[in-house]
Amino acid sequence: MAVLIEASDLQKRFGEIVAVDGISLRVQQGEVLGFLGPNGAGKSTTMKMLTGFLEPDAGSARIAGIDVLESPKLAKAKLGYLPEGAPCYGDMTARAFLAFIAEIRGFDRDEAKRRVDAAVEKTQLASVLGQRIETLSKGFKRRVAIAQAILHDPQVLIMDEPTDGLDPNQKHQVRKLIADMAADKAIIVSTHILEEVEAVCSRAVIINRGRIVADGTAEDLMRRLPYHNTIAMHVSAGRAEAVAKALSEFSAIAKVETLGAANGKVRLRALPSASAPIPSELASLIRSRLIEAEEVHVERGNLDDVFRQITTSDAGTSHA
Amino acid sequence: MHELARNTWIIAKREFVAYFSTPLATVFLIIFIALTGAFAFYVGGFFERGQADLAPFFQYHPWLYLLLVPAVAMRLWAEERKSGTIELLMTLPISPWEAILGKFFAAWAFIGVALLLTLPMWITVNVLGSPDNGVILAGYVGSFLMAGAFLAIGSCISALTKNQVIAFIVSASICFLLVMSGLELVLNVLRAWTPGFVVSAVSSMSFLSHFDRISKGVLDLSAVAFYVSLIAFALFANRIFVELKKAD
Repeated sequence: MAVLIEASDLQKRFGEIVAVDGISLRVQQGEVLGFLGPNGAGKSTTMKMLTGFLEPDAGSARIAGIDVLESPKLAKAKLGYLPEGAPCYGDMTARAFLAFIAEIRGFDRDEAKRRVDAAVEKTQLASVLGQRIETLSKGFKRRVAIAQAILHDPQVLIMDEPTDGLDPNQKHQVRKLIADMAADKAIIVSTHILEEVEAVCSRAVIINRGRIVADGTAEDLMRRLPYHNTIAMHVSAGRAEAVAKALSEFSAIAKVETLGAANGKVRLRALPSASAPIPSELASLIRSRLIEAEEVHVERGNLDDVFRQITTSDAGTSHA
Repeated sequence: MHELARNTWIIAKREFVAYFSTPLATVFLIIFIALTGAFAFYVGGFFERGQADLAPFFQYHPWLYLLLVPAVAMRLWAEERKSGTIELLMTLPISPWEAILGKFFAAWAFIGVALLLTLPMWITVNVLGSPDNGVILAGYVGSFLMAGAFLAIGSCISALTKNQVIAFIVSASICFLLVMSGLELVLNVLRAWTPGFVVSAVSSMSFLSHFDRISKGVLDLSAVAFYVSLIAFALFANRIFVELKKAD
């Protein structure tokens, strides 16, 4: 698969503040890369450099193989961009705005109409086409901005917080739209809604203080959690010791922790030795009631924890 | 070259229509016509002079432009930056020059419309007498060129701020200085304590003296060159300011 987005050692400072401190990444066709990171981590600045809006202080960016600094027009023609906050010309109607974008993208009259119609259908805008954009609800405004970005069916799509401020239904629609387009494009989506990464991204990078501090699939990232794939269970207080002993005999289990007791129940946590999932024998033991537990679940951890762990611990080490 | 013209045209079209999508256009056009008329008839003594020309009409254009042109120019870039659409505009497959020229020409065309709407003045004077229409044409051309120079300065200042009110006040002040620099009042103050070349440099920057010459029917090359080069200079600065400030 072709590498459609390529950044090498992008750097940007604003006065004293280092916004982006050497970010390199590659996104292939078919990939949806999630940009995660706390506010002010450098996600938007990185996107602005990838799209050619900002000139990096050092480093370079290529869109579909074209250097953004050397041939900005060519690179921008291959690119769809949804800026943060989804800005559009509020005094225009949605129809006039999309027609303007189609015209500036170089489509002749018939083709422009076809493109606008297709984008309108994908983003379900038909009902508000005649309205001025400033009068639209937030969800519709966002969709107008998305329609603008996908109108020319670009090879590369960069979207800064595409679902920010949308209700759950609208979020679902936008995610579905992204997933539907993913196959033949390279897409970057920034977000701090971590469930979104699991929902639409094939890979994610966590950016903190202008650097990439983690890179992998959602599953890869969660594997970094100390309690990833641990087994938690409630057992009655009388049997706790026996159960703990039985559990620790498994080679797959490194350690059993007793977390505390309440109402005659004890909470146990079994930590796996590798980050392998639960051995199936354990499941059958529980089923055969050799290990008597009232409630068992696997703690996968969630991306929120990964995010917090990485972005708070790393803050101390990389920029002390 | 073809692409430059095409993209500039598309941007200009959008900007031009944008003026008419808010009450700004109507308010501006009405006030412009009312004020040009009021100055010509009441202050300039259009009838009392008993001469078939439009001198009392053109005479006050620099002073009207001082207030009205910055009002047209202030939104050009400040609004883009405030609403964030500048990020959209500058990531479209166009060059910064196409955006700058497109916006400038749209605003200039808008002022052109305002000037065209004063044509009843010209008709009136032709009904009442037989004026030298060549002089009147020169007056219109000069007025339009001068408006372009005010506008380019306004556009350039508008790129420096997100606040349209600040853009308005700063560009009106700069235009005020450029108009005033031709007045004897100002030049006399300067003469008292500066060498002669400063005085002549300041007076040569004056909008008034150049406009006077043109509106008397002398469409001389130096006055035209003055306005055109001022426009070019301001738009060049505009280009730099857009680049410098777009990220803020």
